[in-house]
Amino acid sequence: MAVTLSQRAANHVANYMVKRGKGIGLRLGVRTSGCSGMAYKLEFADVVHPDDIEFESHGVKVLIDPKSLPYLDGTELDYAREGLNEGFRFNNPNVKDACGCGESFNV
Amino acid sequence: MALLQIAEPGESAAPHQHRLAVGIDLGTTNSLVATVRSGLAVVISDELGRPLLPSVVRYLPDGNCDVGYEAQARQAIDPRNTIASVKRFMGRGLQDIVQREALPYLFDEGPGMLRLNTVAGRKSPVEVSAEILRVLRLRAEASLGGPLVGAVITVPAYFDDAQRQATKDAARLAGLPVLRLLNEPTAAAVAYGLDNASEGTYAVYDLGGGTFDISILRLSRGIFEVLATGGDSALGGDDFDHRIFCWLLEAAQLKPLSVEDARMLLTRAREAKEYLTFHGVAPINARLNSGEVVDLTLTTEIFAEITQTLVAKTIQPVKKALRDAGLSVAEVKGVVMVGGATRMPQVQRAVGDFFRQEPLNNLDPDKVVAIGAATQANLLAGNGLGGDNWLLLDVIPLSLGLETMGGLVEKIIPRNSTIPTARAQEFTTFRDGQTALAVHVVQGERELVSDCRSLARFELRGIPPMVAGAARIRVTFQVDADGLLAVTAREQTVGVEASIVVKPSYGLSDDEIAGMLKDSMLHVRDDALRRALKESQTDAQRLIEAVRSAIDTDGELLSVEERSRIEHDVSNLQAALLGDNRRQIMLAMDDLEADTKDFAARRMDKSIRRAFSGRHINELDSEVAAARTGEHA
Repeated sequence: MAVTLSQRAANHVANYMVKRGKGIGLRLGVRTSGCSGMAYKLEFADVVHPDDIEFESHGVKVLIDPKSLPYLDGTELDYAREGLNEGFRFNNPNVKDACGCGESFNV
Repeated sequence: MALLQIAEPGESAAPHQHRLAVGIDLGTTNSLVATVRSGLAVVISDELGRPLLPSVVRYLPDGNCDVGYEAQARQAIDPRNTIASVKRFMGRGLQDIVQREALPYLFDEGPGMLRLNTVAGRKSPVEVSAEILRVLRLRAEASLGGPLVGAVITVPAYFDDAQRQATKDAARLAGLPVLRLLNEPTAAAVAYGLDNASEGTYAVYDLGGGTFDISILRLSRGIFEVLATGGDSALGGDDFDHRIFCWLLEAAQLKPLSVEDARMLLTRAREAKEYLTFHGVAPINARLNSGEVVDLTLTTEIFAEITQTLVAKTIQPVKKALRDAGLSVAEVKGVVMVGGATRMPQVQRAVGDFFRQEPLNNLDPDKVVAIGAATQANLLAGNGLGGDNWLLLDVIPLSLGLETMGGLVEKIIPRNSTIPTARAQEFTTFRDGQTALAVHVVQGERELVSDCRSLARFELRGIPPMVAGAARIRVTFQVDADGLLAVTAREQTVGVEASIVVKPSYGLSDDEIAGMLKDSMLHVRDDALRRALKESQTDAQRLIEAVRSAIDTDGELLSVEERSRIEHDVSNLQAALLGDNRRQIMLAMDDLEADTKDFAARRMDKSIRRAFSGRHINELDSEVAAARTGEHA
């Protein structure tokens, strides 16, 4: 089981962390909500929770709670630019269908 | 697929719940839009990676317009239809614009503010600004991938109500909800304060393209408080360009220029100014339409010399603001530099010399304001910013008050009060049976209405007829976070109410504000004497009114001699009122009061008798009635 970051994504995360001035890594997760059932959680992490599962990718620590992991296994977090818009994208092999905007999904 | 941003711990937004907000620095020369992305405020660049949008709008014959670099590039060939520095015209009338003849536009008077005649029709400064804001909105929406919930737009600290309202109107026209207006220096402090989080008193020196602002701020426990503001709303980098331009005319001995040539030389002047920031000498070459050739070299020394007075002009308001804040130079812990014009070495040097310390300039002075505005917008849009929750307190530049009897000013909100604020005061009627009250809202520091600036007038009607002094009218002054004033008058006994939102048609220039402040200091003693005189005159008039109405109702209580003596006193007092000798008025009042003392006592006795006898009869009646009921039972 693994979750990874692309090199581009890792560079951006590292950059944001330096400017933010604190934090130990990135917390990923899923929540049940949104128009297609589930939604991603993408946050800075300041503390490790006891049951967190840790990954390391391109020097960035990634924390995931055990309940979320099955839905995220195999995901690569990428950083993309679409015209003027830019941000992080979950390339998640578990997703069966997503809503039009991709902010929520179903497995 | 949507692109996501990193949220603070525990603050991931639900899908479709991202509240996209931006901060906009609507500048005289350049405008910027910034947003908070993954916890970091960044300026949004255009497709070509350029962060600035020149605040230039060029109107085309087909009714459309170009905004930004494209318009700026055409300034020299189409000066009449290419509007630059429109911010200087916001909320302004024709007579407010200095050096109008030096500008290439076809000005026209319009309701509320001036108009510009272009090939695409008559345009108000609000419409021109809206074009700039619209481009920034579209840029932000393309970048953030959705419609904006709103924007924080910055304005110079000295913008008055008319100018602030014009800015809000422009945003509305551009389809941009305004979360709030924020003073530019305050926004800059937000950008610096959050990065450095150091407590103390700071000065923000903001020399932009067309405006100069100095603000004295106190940062403590994460709260920003503006202690004092000052500045010059008609001084900026453009003026430095203009000095170089004048130097060029003189040094090259040019004949009077066509509009196009003047525009081109001004552009060369600006380029030379920017070049001198990093170089010792700047070559200036140009071939004019008239065939003349300009080939000169501007050195930093000459540049510093010809702009010395401009730099000195910025230091005066700095001194005044420090005085207002009650601080000495030594108490200022840091000086924040804002605005592209602060890159000029002679400006850095002058500010450093005055404050006896190196000014802070580690953030890009062009972007600081937009970044601070974006940070505030993110907070106002409801996107929490971790534990860094702070408040912003701004101040009003001049006291707000209203006119009372005798043309005196009653100050309701003193100057330098922090906003938003609301204060109320009770007033009453002056005459018996008075059913309306005129409310005249004024702005300024002087004691007499005639020396202050009139903001608005309205009437409260429907006050029930009562004796003078019995009505209780509560007047509330409310200044919102944008610095706009709403005044409400409410009669407390019956609840009639009238109100007004002050949106004066013309703004006050900084010179006028400075002048008004200076006047108030010069005239303190003078004003106090005049105030005392006015108060005595008002008291005397009130006394005459009271005596007259007493004679009308209870004249039969006076003997013929008494009555003629009182009438004599009244005419004496009226004669004294025609002059401005306060002592004489006081003496005449004393006479009248002495001669009416007995009369007053007799009236009192009479009314007490009336009250008692009235009650007697009532009691008797009810006793009789009770007895009768008993008989029948």
